[in-house]
Amino acid sequence: MYCIVVGGGNVGYYLTKDLIRAGHEVLLLEKDRGCAARLEEELGETVMQGDGCDVRMMEDAGFARADVVVAVTGEDEDNLVVCQMAKTKFSAPRTIARVNSPANERIFATLGIDGTVSSTRIIFNLIEQEIQTDEVVPIAALSRGNLEIVVVELSRDSRVVGQRISDVHLPAEAHIVSVIREDKGMLPNADMDLRVGDSVLALVSTEQEDDLRRSFSESS
Amino acid sequence: MKIIILGCGRVGSTLARRMATEGHDVTVIDLTSDAFRRLGSKFKGTRLVGGGTDMDVLRRAGIDSADAFVAVTNGDNRNIMAAQIAKEVFSVPKVMTRLYDPIRADAYQDMGIETICTTTIAAGLLHDIALDEPVENLVETLRAYRRESGGV
Repeated sequence: MYCIVVGGGNVGYYLTKDLIRAGHEVLLLEKDRGCAARLEEELGETVMQGDGCDVRMMEDAGFARADVVVAVTGEDEDNLVVCQMAKTKFSAPRTIARVNSPANERIFATLGIDGTVSSTRIIFNLIEQEIQTDEVVPIAALSRGNLEIVVVELSRDSRVVGQRISDVHLPAEAHIVSVIREDKGMLPNADMDLRVGDSVLALVSTEQEDDLRRSFSESS
Repeated sequence: MKIIILGCGRVGSTLARRMATEGHDVTVIDLTSDAFRRLGSKFKGTRLVGGGTDMDVLRRAGIDSADAFVAVTNGDNRNIMAAQIAKEVFSVPKVMTRLYDPIRADAYQDMGIETICTTTIAAGLLHDIALDEPVENLVETLRAYRRESGGV
């Protein structure tokens, strides 16, 4: 695959090295001359100095034949425009944007970016999972932001512990897609019992996330 | 009309003062309160410190009931992102932005954002004046361009 990485900070640098190691053809585009020169010393021809939103530069970089464009600068607006220009001007099949402000994840999905990654959100979720159970934690937004994949870790107090999956009262627009038990992911079936410590992965429409939360909350 | 202006530089502050003098409800957003000095002490509108791509800031500016949104910061990409949020998330009826890069201006005009590229306009004007061509030609060219790309 031909991958173009825009932004030569830490994320872009390590991502580029990993992609090369995995056997992909990679181009790393960095705007700052000094930074690009430093990267070039180590990564050689993989590095190109230029603005990833500048169409002439994008042509030179071969955006037209890129299989995936990844924008990982520290500025959300730059990442958005790189991905949108790659899509509209070069028909890039897949664009991925790093999102620094978690609030922008949904906006990016609404504006047609295929995938977003928010390290802020991931770290926040990890901390939340450590301290809270029975909390519905979003882990990915799908379908332009209308659908979410969420995970719930079941505590002793959850109302669904001991129930069969078929007996759980789920909102109409929610499905259990997997149950993770002792680090093993299982596909759910109607007869499976839910236990304390299970992580339940569910697909839910954004509007019904609160209803889903009530389905799993502490029994009253 | 209720108008929100993002970016209190030369263009933003001049537009804000004019709209406020004409009696419109004007809110100006900028990252630093320093920038508001350009508005002068007689400015009747609202000044708001914050980022223009921050939904909370935009809500506080009253974007839910705004008739128009103008993005004129000095960053093309910031203008593009803010304009798209105003249009796609808050459905503001009239969204405009000033961009420096003509190619980006074309691309986002095609995507339904009213873009004004001052680079193209200034270069066109200077060209016409240098060659003693009537300035109306440029105005007509711009009108045609906006019609073609579905602008208002």
